[in-house]
Amino acid sequence: MNERKIRVLIAKPGLDGHDRGAKVVARALRDAGMEVVYTGLRQTPEMIAEAALQEDVDAVGLSILSGAHMALVPRVLELLKANGQERVKVFLGGIVPDEDVPLLLKMGVIGIYGPGTLSDTYISDIRKALLAENA
Amino acid sequence: MNLAQGVLDGDRLALARTLSQVENGTAEGKSALSALFPHTGKAHLVGITGASGTGKSSLVNQLARYYRQPTQTGKPRTVGIVAVDPTSPFTGGAILGDRIRMRDLAGDPGVFIRSMATRGSLGGLASATSAIVQVLDAAGYDLVLIETVGAGQSEIDIVRLAHTTIVVEAPGLGDDIQAIKAGILEIADVLVVNKADLPGVENTERALRGSLSLSHPPAQRVLHHGRMVNVPGQPPPDKDELVWIPPIQRTVALDGTGIPELADAIANHKIYLEATGAWQRRERWRLQTELDLLLQNTLVTDFRAHLPAGAYEQAVDELVSRRITPFQAVESLVSNADIKYKEAT
Repeated sequence: MNERKIRVLIAKPGLDGHDRGAKVVARALRDAGMEVVYTGLRQTPEMIAEAALQEDVDAVGLSILSGAHMALVPRVLELLKANGQERVKVFLGGIVPDEDVPLLLKMGVIGIYGPGTLSDTYISDIRKALLAENA
Repeated sequence: MNLAQGVLDGDRLALARTLSQVENGTAEGKSALSALFPHTGKAHLVGITGASGTGKSSLVNQLARYYRQPTQTGKPRTVGIVAVDPTSPFTGGAILGDRIRMRDLAGDPGVFIRSMATRGSLGGLASATSAIVQVLDAAGYDLVLIETVGAGQSEIDIVRLAHTTIVVEAPGLGDDIQAIKAGILEIADVLVVNKADLPGVENTERALRGSLSLSHPPAQRVLHHGRMVNVPGQPPPDKDELVWIPPIQRTVALDGTGIPELADAIANHKIYLEATGAWQRRERWRLQTELDLLLQNTLVTDFRAHLPAGAYEQAVDELVSRRITPFQAVESLVSNADIKYKEAT
C-alpha cells in the first residue's frame, strides 16, 4: 500500500501523573487518520528522543502539567537535534504560563495547546507545519 | 545518505528511515530492501500472539530484558522488536501503545523497537511486517520478536513469518472447546500461560494440556470400567525423526517469573528446527508465500492498468444488478484486457 501516514509520538515527560489530556489528544489524532505512538507516563527526555528516533515520527507532542516545561522541552529539542531529527515538529499541551509561551515558540515549538483547545486547532497546525516542511 | 549501507553500518537513524520507506512501499524502500536481502536469513524470528490483554507486550519486554543479559557462553544477544497494533477501519488512524509496556528497554543500544499499524490488513500483522522484519534481520539483530495485534482465532499470518510461534493465554479466557478449535492453538510452537499468579491457572493449563494430548497422545495403562487397558498412544515416529510437542510454560510477565524457562523453550525449538531441517523448510515456505503475494499484487496491478477505461466499473455494475455472475465477470475482463504475457512457442 503506497500511503504516507503522519506518525506522531505522544509522551508525558516528568513526574506528574495527569495523562487524561495526553490520551484525549492521542485519540483526536487517531481520529484524524494519524498513527499515534503513545508511550505513557514518566518519560525522561532521553526516552522520548530515543522513541522518536526508532519510530521515525514526524511530530512529538509533550504533555506537561508539572511546571517543569522550561527544563524538559529544551532538553527534548536538543536531543532530537543531536539524533539528526531536527525536522521533527514538537508541540506542547498541559499547563504553560503565558509568559513562557514566546520563549518556547522561539526555541522551535510549533504550538502550545492548553486546556479547552479544540482538536481541529492542533491537527491543522501539525498538518500545516509538515506540509511546509515537504513543500 | 545511502539507506541500506547505513542499516548495515548500524546507523540507527538510517535504520528508522529505511523502516518508514519500506512500510510506505516507496521506490527508495524497495531499492533498500533489494540491497539488504542478501544479508537476511540470520536472525531467529520469534512471533508472539494471543488474545488482547493476555500480556504479550509485557512478555516481549521481559524476554528482551532476559536476552540482554550476558549468557554463560558469551555476549548478550541483540533484539529487534516489531509491535503491531490495529488501524481504525473508519479513520485510518491508529494508537500504537505497545511501547508503554517496554519502558525497561529504553536506553539500551542493543534493542530496537518499532511499532506499526495494520493499515487494513486482517491476518494479525501488517502487509509490510515481513519486509520490516527483513530489514531488522539485515541490520544484524540476533533475535527479532514480532508481536501481533490482539488475535482471536484466525489471525495466524504470524506462522508464515516466524520460525517459532509463541501463543500466549491467560487464566479465565475460555473452556476446553476453545482449546481444540482450529486456528491459534494449532500454530503454537510454545504455549504460555501468562498471569500465572492469578486463580484458575491450573484449569487453563489443564485445558491446554488436554488439547495437546489429543494430537500427541501418550502411551499409558489405565483403569477403564474395572479393567486395565493398554492405550497405545501415538504411533512411534520414523527412526531418527524428532517430534516437537509444544511445551506449556507458566509466566508472570510483570515480575519475570518463568521467563528463563520460556527462553530455554524458544532456544530448544530452534535446535529442533535446525536438527530436523525444518528451519530450511520454513524459510522456503515463507519466501514462497511472500513471492506468491508479491506476484499476485504485481499481476493484478498490471492487469488493471491494461483494462479498457471503465471496464472494471462496468463489470461491478453488472454484478450488482445480477446481470452476470462473478465467474462471467472475470472471464469478460480477462478477454477484454489488452495484455499478453510471453506465449510459449
